Amino acid sequence: MSLLKTIASLIYLLSAVCYVMGVHMMRSPKTARNGNLLSGLGMAMAVVMILIEIIAKGQITLIGWTVLFAGLLIGILYGVIKARKVPMTDVPQLVSLFNAVGGGAAATIGIFDYTHEALGTSLSLAFSIPVLLDIIIGGITFSGSLIATGKLSGHVPGKPISFPGDKLINGLAVLAIIVAGVWMIGFPSAYWPMVLALCASLIFGLLMTLPIGGADMPVVVSLLNAFTGLAVAFAGFVIDNQVLIIAGALVGAAGTILTLQMAEAMNRSVANIIAGGFGSGDSDSSTGAGAEVPTNIKKTTPDDVGMQLAYAHNVMIVPGYGLAAAQAQHEVAELAKLLTDAGINVNYAIHPVAGRMPGHMNVLLADVNVPYDQMKQLDEANSMFENTDVSLVIGANDVTNPLAREKGNAISGMPILDVDKSKSVVVIKRSMSTGYAGVQNPLFSEDQTSMMFSDAKKGLQEIIAATKGYLD
Amino acid sequence: MSQELYTNLAIFVLSLLVGFEVMSKIPSTLQTPMMSGANAIHGVVVVGAFVIAAEASNWYFYLLAFLAAFFAAVNVAGGYTVTDRMLGMFNRPKKQPNDSDKGGDK
Repeated sequence: MSLLKTIASLIYLLSAVCYVMGVHMMRSPKTARNGNLLSGLGMAMAVVMILIEIIAKGQITLIGWTVLFAGLLIGILYGVIKARKVPMTDVPQLVSLFNAVGGGAAATIGIFDYTHEALGTSLSLAFSIPVLLDIIIGGITFSGSLIATGKLSGHVPGKPISFPGDKLINGLAVLAIIVAGVWMIGFPSAYWPMVLALCASLIFGLLMTLPIGGADMPVVVSLLNAFTGLAVAFAGFVIDNQVLIIAGALVGAAGTILTLQMAEAMNRSVANIIAGGFGSGDSDSSTGAGAEVPTNIKKTTPDDVGMQLAYAHNVMIVPGYGLAAAQAQHEVAELAKLLTDAGINVNYAIHPVAGRMPGHMNVLLADVNVPYDQMKQLDEANSMFENTDVSLVIGANDVTNPLAREKGNAISGMPILDVDKSKSVVVIKRSMSTGYAGVQNPLFSEDQTSMMFSDAKKGLQEIIAATKGYLD
Repeated sequence: MSQELYTNLAIFVLSLLVGFEVMSKIPSTLQTPMMSGANAIHGVVVVGAFVIAAEASNWYFYLLAFLAAFFAAVNVAGGYTVTDRMLGMFNRPKKQPNDSDKGGDK
């Protein structure tokens, strides 16, 4: 090993240590930001080191430098501008977009190395297998993540898309991937099997994601995130660079854990989500328990809600996806501040899957300066509902549904917020339609519950105005 | 199996195990930033873009090198920026004086 190679290896090792430590520090809110910075520092070290290695090797052409820096510069500008400008509600689709390009980069490296090395030579299995996996997984993540981005941002319809024969085409794509794979390993100098493998992977990614409903997209994004990690690790095998292998495997494992945790919080199995077709019905679902629309619903007015809040001691706000969709987080924070300034105890009960992704609601609330200690996680919140005077449920449905405690319906066993234990419940919702699970919510017809049918933002503004009147 | 492949395979498997171990207990609050942070880490693929740019020698390869550099740069630069933005919101200094004494905290 030459001196430079030795130094480079040690720097890559150090950079890998930074990723592991960084991820470790990101488990606690106090150290999370520094953890990310540490991981970024590791990244910077790896980039500087590879730059030095390339300069020392002296093989790169002037055009090589030009395309490299042109690509980097445009990419950095685009990525940073996107990341700085994105509203916090749109973070999931941005992560998915970054994931797509990561997979695309890994696949591109695989394509490059396969066509670069394979010209008229026979390849070892140690090279051809990783390069094949790199191209296939990278291709699947690239197209799959782009569709996920589209579904989350509304450019692609969120409802499951299927057409006659889609399963057949999907099966053919898998078959094509296998055939192309065997062909690539057996006759590595041929160009077309690689193109076939790439195209089949892109089609597979597309057809895998299209039939999955918008509500399940976060789990899919997380799964594809893990896939990209693996693609990057295989790219590391291909170019024989250990930092790619370590970082890729780390993300592959981390992404898998996150995927399982998300699926668990939604009470779904990953296999069930990937099978697709869930979450199609907005309101016309007639299956499962409690499908009949309850008739004994109490409607309430902003004025009444304002009075209830103004005379309460303990208020629990239960935010759901409807709040994020209506961009009403500012109004919620304003109402909470109004109440806290009047000496009323205000907390937020945050279900793990409130919002678009686990923890997404926390980010949205942190964005509008809600103090971290007011955000209560599931268990802590559930211990507080008994002493809660008013629970204000905003745009949340399935996560408050008491049917989850019973057997035999779509949400059985899902951990829920025990909103029904509080003395009074006010639900702000646009209509009586069911949530993504397509199950009616008996909470809405319970004695202590009153419904306020309104858009979250508009409704909250009216409640704020009413509450001010009672507090003055 | 060559020594080199064995080393890489061992690194791969052990890193997977480290990943499972490091990730196991994440509070759900931090899962979105964590996913974004992990997403940024696989931006390390940018190193691969450097490697192939150094080997490129005709327009087909230059095009691939450009694509890889562009994709990887978006991933790594955007990933770290948006993760930092999210995490910055969690420990924002509480400056406002009227926020300092919230009544009724346990």
